[in-house]
Amino acid sequence: MEAVSAAQIIFIVVALLTVATTFLVVTVRNLIHAALWLVATLFGIAVIFVLLDAGFMATVQIVLYIGAIAILIVFAVMLTRRVMQDVGPQSNENWWLGTIVAAVFFAAISTLLWSIRWPALPGAVVGDTVLALGRSLVDPNQYVIPFEVASVMLIIALIGSITLALPGKQSE
Amino acid sequence: MSPVIGIVIEAIIKSALMVFVLATAFAYLTLAERKIAAFVQVRKGPNRVGPWGLMQPAADGIKLLFKEEMVPAGADKVLFFLAPILTMIPAMVIMAVVPIGPDVELFGRSIRLGISDLNVGMLYILSVASVAVYGIVLAGWSSANKYSLLGGLRASAQMISYEIALGLSIIGPIILAGTMSLQGIITAQQQSTWYVLWQPVGALVFFLAGLAEVNRAPFDMPEAEQELTAGYFTEYSGMKFSLFFMGEYIKMVAVCAIATTLFLGGYLGPYVEQLPWLGILYFTIKTTALLFLMIWIRLTLPRLRYDQLMAFGWKVLLPLALANVVVTATATVLLG
Repeated sequence: MEAVSAAQIIFIVVALLTVATTFLVVTVRNLIHAALWLVATLFGIAVIFVLLDAGFMATVQIVLYIGAIAILIVFAVMLTRRVMQDVGPQSNENWWLGTIVAAVFFAAISTLLWSIRWPALPGAVVGDTVLALGRSLVDPNQYVIPFEVASVMLIIALIGSITLALPGKQSE
Repeated sequence: MSPVIGIVIEAIIKSALMVFVLATAFAYLTLAERKIAAFVQVRKGPNRVGPWGLMQPAADGIKLLFKEEMVPAGADKVLFFLAPILTMIPAMVIMAVVPIGPDVELFGRSIRLGISDLNVGMLYILSVASVAVYGIVLAGWSSANKYSLLGGLRASAQMISYEIALGLSIIGPIILAGTMSLQGIITAQQQSTWYVLWQPVGALVFFLAGLAEVNRAPFDMPEAEQELTAGYFTEYSGMKFSLFFMGEYIKMVAVCAIATTLFLGGYLGPYVEQLPWLGILYFTIKTTALLFLMIWIRLTLPRLRYDQLMAFGWKVLLPLALANVVVTATATVLLG
C-alpha cells in the first residue's frame, strides 16, 4: 500500500466531518443548530478548497456562503424562536422511494467518477492564480459573457426584491 | 533539523508572541481609554493601583477571573458557551496576515515579521471579519433574553451592512498596488507614497466602516445601554464577559493595524531599510495614533439613532465607496 501523505489524511478527516455535519443539518430538530451545522459543512468545503491550492475559492466560499448566505438564514431563524422545537415527524411515507433514488443516483455518480482516468496536473495554473482568474473573467475569449450574465441576473434579483419590499405596494 | 520543522517552530513562536502582544494591547488599551476619557472629562481616572494606575488592567483581570459565572435558565448551554469564543478567535486570527515589520536576520535565518503572507490576504481579512458576526448573533440568541436578542439582531444587521462598504473601500489600495497581499501593498507604497494621499475617500470610508464593524461609538447601537442594558452580552458575567470585552478591543487593534497597512504605509518610515527593527516601532506608533483617534471619537460624538445608522451606511458610505472604486479604476487605466 502506498504511503498516505499528510494532505491526504487532512482531506479524509475533513471530508468525513463535512459529510457528518451535512447529515446533522437535516436531522437535528433545533433550527439554529441545523443552520450552524450548515455553516460547519460550508467551512469544511472551504478547507477542501485550501487543500486544492485554491485559496481564492476558499476565502470566497467563507465570505459569501458563511458570511452572507448562512448568516441570513440564522438571522431569519432567530426571529422565530417559538417554532424552534419542531415536534412533527421528520419523514413521510415516501421515505423508501427517496432512499432508493438517492442510492441509485449515488451509485451512478460514483461509477462515472470512478471510470474517469483523472489526469494529474500538478500546478495547472502557474504564477499568480488570482491574477489569472481576474483576467479570465474579463477576457472576451474566456468567461466575460457568463460573468456579465450572472451580474445582470443578480441586479434583476436585487431590483425585484426592492420592488417587493417597497412600502405601499401590498394593497394592489 | 529539517527545514519543515524549523518553519513550524517559527510559526508557533510567532503566533504565540502575537497572542501575547494582542492580549497585552487589550489590557493597556482599556487603561488608555479610561485615562483619555478622564483627561477629556477633566477627571483623574484610575490612579490607585500602581503608579498612574498602571496595574489597573491586572486588577481588573483578577476581579473578572474570580467572578461567578452565570448561565440563564432558558439559555442554549452549548451556544452560550461557544459565543464568546467565536467572538474572540476571529479577532485574534485576523492579525495573522498583517506584516508588522520587514524581514529581519535572526539566529542566522531571515525571519518575516508577520505570521503569514497570503496572496489573497485582503480577502482573508474580509472572510474572517464576516465570520466574526456569528459570535455576537449567537450570544444574543442563546441568552434567552429580549435585550440580548435585539442587541444581537442590531449587531448582525449593522455588521452585514457596513461590511459591504468596508469591502469596497479596500479595493482602492488593491487596484493601486495590483495585489491582494498585504506585504505587496506595503512594498507598493514604498515605491509611491502612503495611500492615504491617493485614496483619502477610501481611507475615510474604511475607518468609518471599521468603527461600525467593531461596534464602537458613535456606531455602538448593539450595546446601547439606555435601550438594551448591555445588548448581546447582557446575560454574560465573569470570564465569558471579559472575552467579549477582549474581542471588541482586539478587533479595534486589528482594524487600526489594517488601516495602517493599507493607507499609512504599514511599517515604512525613515531608515527602515538600514534598521529593519525600526519597522515595528513605526507600525506601533501609527496603529496607536489611530487607536487614539478611535477613543477620541467615542468620547466626542453622541450615538447615532438606529435609522440614521442604517441610512448612513447604505445611502452615504456605500455610494461613496462605489464611486471611489469606479474613479480609482478609471484613473488607473487612463493614467497607466
